[in-house]
Amino acid sequence: MIWLGIDTANSPLSVAIVKDDVLLIEESSMMKINHSLRAMPAVEEACRKADITPSEIDAIAVSEGPGSYTGVRIGVTIAKTLAWTLDKPLYGVSSLKALALNGQLFNGFICSMIDARRSNVYAGVYRAKGTELVNVLEDQHCALAGLLKELKEYNEAILFVGEDVKLHESIIREHLGEQAHFASYALNVPRASSAILLAQSAEQAETVHTFTPQYKRITEAEANLVKKESSHE
Amino acid sequence: MDKDHYILGIETSCDETAASIVKNGTEIISSIVSSQIQQQKQFGGVVPEIASRLHVEQITLVIQEALNEAKLVPSDLEAVTVTEGPGLVGALLIGINAAKAFAFANQLPLIGVHHIAGHVYANQLIHEMEFPLLALIVSGGHTELVVMKSHGSFELIGETRDDAAGEAYDKVARVLGLPYPGGPQVDRLAQASDESIDFPRAWLEKDSYDFSFSGLKSSVINYKHNIEQKGGKINHDHVAAGFQQSVVDVLTVKTVKAAKEYDVKQVIAAGGVAANRGLRKSLTTALENEGIPFYVPPISLCTDNAAMIAAAGYEMWKSGVRSDSSMNGRPGMPLKSWN
Ligand SMILES: [Zn+2]
Repeated sequence: MIWLGIDTANSPLSVAIVKDDVLLIEESSMMKINHSLRAMPAVEEACRKADITPSEIDAIAVSEGPGSYTGVRIGVTIAKTLAWTLDKPLYGVSSLKALALNGQLFNGFICSMIDARRSNVYAGVYRAKGTELVNVLEDQHCALAGLLKELKEYNEAILFVGEDVKLHESIIREHLGEQAHFASYALNVPRASSAILLAQSAEQAETVHTFTPQYKRITEAEANLVKKESSHE
Repeated sequence: MDKDHYILGIETSCDETAASIVKNGTEIISSIVSSQIQQQKQFGGVVPEIASRLHVEQITLVIQEALNEAKLVPSDLEAVTVTEGPGLVGALLIGINAAKAFAFANQLPLIGVHHIAGHVYANQLIHEMEFPLLALIVSGGHTELVVMKSHGSFELIGETRDDAAGEAYDKVARVLGLPYPGGPQVDRLAQASDESIDFPRAWLEKDSYDFSFSGLKSSVINYKHNIEQKGGKINHDHVAAGFQQSVVDVLTVKTVKAAKEYDVKQVIAAGGVAANRGLRKSLTTALENEGIPFYVPPISLCTDNAAMIAAAGYEMWKSGVRSDSSMNGRPGMPLKSWN
């Protein structure tokens, strides 16, 4: 069974191929290179290096967001087009959960975080239970301050994972003090193999044609429309 | 011809998700267009982020439908062609990445096509191109005069310095309180009107084939303000007719002048505004008087579609043009010759 995994949900890029539960190849890069330039070449390269033709791929896992709108769309578009034309099952997994998997050995909460500007973040809070990650707080787009207040009440050690965490490290320390722990740079890179791992325990594959990213946020234009409509009432 | 060549075209540069299969560069086997007009209407124009989101929802469905309708499978295809630019970058990227993945999965060559080259080649689907030819491309994003001396050779002789013709239409429609998309509405009012307000024409320098429509738009706005300040009400039909006459006049006169100067064998029109009845009538009459053949594709091929991308892509494929999987979306891509 050969799995292709793709994660372009944020500025890092990760592509992996897993064959019979062996990670054959994985490329993860934090370089700020446009995903449209690198994503598909990375998929092709991984297949070539692993000596796999496209039709040999049995299943595809993709990070479905939240994250950068354009980034996540590139990964999802590639994944759903491959899955559809190769007629193989497609699995979307949370970009936050895949990232949180980097902290699976941590004894406490794992909070994966992606910056969403203006003191907002995308965040998910998990706890490892054996080899599984269990949601403590649903993936959400939220104000960082509110999230930290909520986390404080749990009185648990919390590991913060993700490259964007360092943007907010001082405010996290301010709120949580000793409760807060920070992953090293080696654990801040999202890994496509984590997306595959999560996909393998998914109950059901996606309906390929209708599969779309999990933005976790409506667009500004829609928000304005809602505002306008409610002010008319 | 020994063997038929089928090309897949994909177009997502603005608010249409489209896929098509064209045979030998001239015959449409299938052409699927999923328009976002209904969803975008409530915002009074195209919201780029929403366009991108909707493209992701539609893209594989539309390609599947194009194959189904053509009763073909990917292995019947010769190449995958896709709009590389210009357009909304986020929107372009959906078509481009779908095209890359499809090309890789089915081991097909990938070719990035210029959107305007596509509009020009829409004509190849209704009539054989004869060179040299002059193409007038008029749409919401473009107003260009292009001379072609052979397949794949483009010489841009004139373009808009500010608003595209279609953009001016949409803005004037908004001034008149008409719903989006406003172009066809203005055309409809203009057709129904027996009188028209006299608005200025921007001829620019004597020898220039460039265009400018922002001044015209301003004079329509000023005209409205003046009347309303005096407590009056403007007649929408008369304003629409006057505005349209000004646009059509400039487009027609410059096109005819260029056609004569470059001694072309045919003139073709393309782009969404080429669907405008006032413009079609005016160009037809003016070029008939000069004895220059004039062709304009049916409306479905004037507005954005993927058949035109496949038609242009076929010529590129024949000339050996190939893109690689690092292709990026190019919102400001210049029109370059491949021959
Ligand atoms: Zn167009």
